[in-house]
Amino acid sequence: MLTILFDGIAYGMLLFILAVGLAVTMGLMNFINLAHGAFAMGGGYITVVLMQRYDVPFLVCLPLAFLGMALLGAVLERTLYRPMYKKSHLDQVLFSIGLTFMAVAAMDYFMGSSQQIVQLPEWLKGRTELGDGSLMLGMGHYRLFIIAVCAALTIALQYILTRTRFGSRLRASVDDQRVAAGLGINVNVVFLATFAVGSGLAGLGGALGAEVMGLDPSFPLKNMVYFLIVVAVGGTSSITGPLLAALLLGIADVAGKYFIPNFGAFIVYFLMIVILIWRPQGLFVRKGGK
Amino acid sequence: MNAQESLHDSRRWKLWEPVFWLLALATPFVLGSHALIINEIAIVALFAVSLDLILGYTGIVSLGHAAFFGMGAYTAALFAKHVMPDPLVGLGVAIVLSTLFGAVCSLTIMRGTDLTRLMVTIGVGLIMMELANKLDFTGGADGLQGVIMGPLLGRFEFDLQGQTAAWYSLCVLLVFFILAKRLVNSSFGATLMAVRDNRLRAMAIGIPVTARLAVIYTIAAGVAGAAGALLAQTTSFASIDVFEFHRSADLKLLLVIGGIGWLYGGVTGAIVFKVMQDWLSSITPQYWTFWIGLFLVVLVMVGRERLIRPWTWFGGKK
Repeated sequence: MLTILFDGIAYGMLLFILAVGLAVTMGLMNFINLAHGAFAMGGGYITVVLMQRYDVPFLVCLPLAFLGMALLGAVLERTLYRPMYKKSHLDQVLFSIGLTFMAVAAMDYFMGSSQQIVQLPEWLKGRTELGDGSLMLGMGHYRLFIIAVCAALTIALQYILTRTRFGSRLRASVDDQRVAAGLGINVNVVFLATFAVGSGLAGLGGALGAEVMGLDPSFPLKNMVYFLIVVAVGGTSSITGPLLAALLLGIADVAGKYFIPNFGAFIVYFLMIVILIWRPQGLFVRKGGK
Repeated sequence: MNAQESLHDSRRWKLWEPVFWLLALATPFVLGSHALIINEIAIVALFAVSLDLILGYTGIVSLGHAAFFGMGAYTAALFAKHVMPDPLVGLGVAIVLSTLFGAVCSLTIMRGTDLTRLMVTIGVGLIMMELANKLDFTGGADGLQGVIMGPLLGRFEFDLQGQTAAWYSLCVLLVFFILAKRLVNSSFGATLMAVRDNRLRAMAIGIPVTARLAVIYTIAAGVAGAAGALLAQTTSFASIDVFEFHRSADLKLLLVIGGIGWLYGGVTGAIVFKVMQDWLSSITPQYWTFWIGLFLVVLVMVGRERLIRPWTWFGGKK
């Protein structure tokens, strides 16, 4: 029982790191970015290539995946994404699906369509078990590591968002772009930085999650729905919303697949539809925002 | 020209339209060896017309329209396998069932933003795919095999070359096209466009927005079901591929290529897309999605209004 809960939390934390960038960019720019998963895939492949071909240690790969994807995100934001903000949602959906298709086919071309395997270092393999019987808690070390990293990142993000100057600028821009610009906030730079960090986090999440979620060129298409669920259910106005949504989704998914293996994914989609019919704006909506 | 005439004008058949349809009906004859792809184009065109009703005319963003397509396909295949092999009765049953399903699903698209609607429609599509994958009587991931169709109208057998199939699909497409044309040019259609353009104002002048959305979503579901049924009947096969996400995404793409909010947009889009797909996948079987993706990106960057009007490409903004 507890093991399922634990795995669910680990999965949920991972989803949160993958989706938080999407939540912020969607809230900030009202941009539906279906290509977010492609950044996660990029991060995963950076890790795999560095570890397999250049023997870079796993812990060094993670920040590199973050930096690589953040850089790519910044470049793409500048060149491709910026003209899209003003277009209709239909255009945005088409554009980002197009990008995803390109990323999937390009990865297939360069890396082959087979599943990639991440070799974890020795100290992350293995498992610790506490208690016994139905309350037994089995913790895979790697999942423990994921939870630790993601929790640290969440706290850092929350701190940046609520305590720093950049955070208050970001929140101001999310609430009302025009007024924020009128107050002298350089909204474009805020956008750029946020997009880069969001893409970087997706890359980091992809690198961390390659072992758990599997990594092959269809990664963005397979997991895009999950990221979008997190954002749609959690709302885009805070990071606690997506966090809780991601945890809920992670636990529901793992528990569903464990208890009713035949209809595992079914439960998640069903839950999402029910929640969205009940609260169309997501579970957590901050009043006063736009 | 007074208002009544101008309203009637859009409803009237232009001279080129009967010519177009006669040519279309003649293609299985003339291009007999390509009958299979003509059949496919007709089916996709019908599916696109259905999406155009909700996306182009009413402005409902949907990424899960394949749910109704698949519903129709499985209904038709199961009906032919277990009840009776007559294609027209099967088509009718498939339309009725997917219409009912659409009526239920229309409840899910009433509230929220574009994102909410996008997610809910994707979710419905994925649930249907899971069901088809996991239920016993649908054959799971292998698909539903052993469907044998009876002859059309009791006379015309479905041949291997696919000429009968192509005619069948083209005729059904034509019937639904005429019905759709009447629908969007009626006063009902005008209220749909008012809802698309400004929901608040539409409500203010007394259009029952919720009811209109529900009705058009239900109708579109029925038409999509018909397209699905055609696919299942002409290929004697239904697999979970009919629910795939990329089917909804491709559909949207081809509708955009042809032009949304224009019934012929779906038809031309289907022709262009299918021919392009056929051509690209014969050059690069594995990587053709890259080119489709690139095309999409360029399409949006250039602006889809301008892509179908080549004379606006040069000389800046009009």
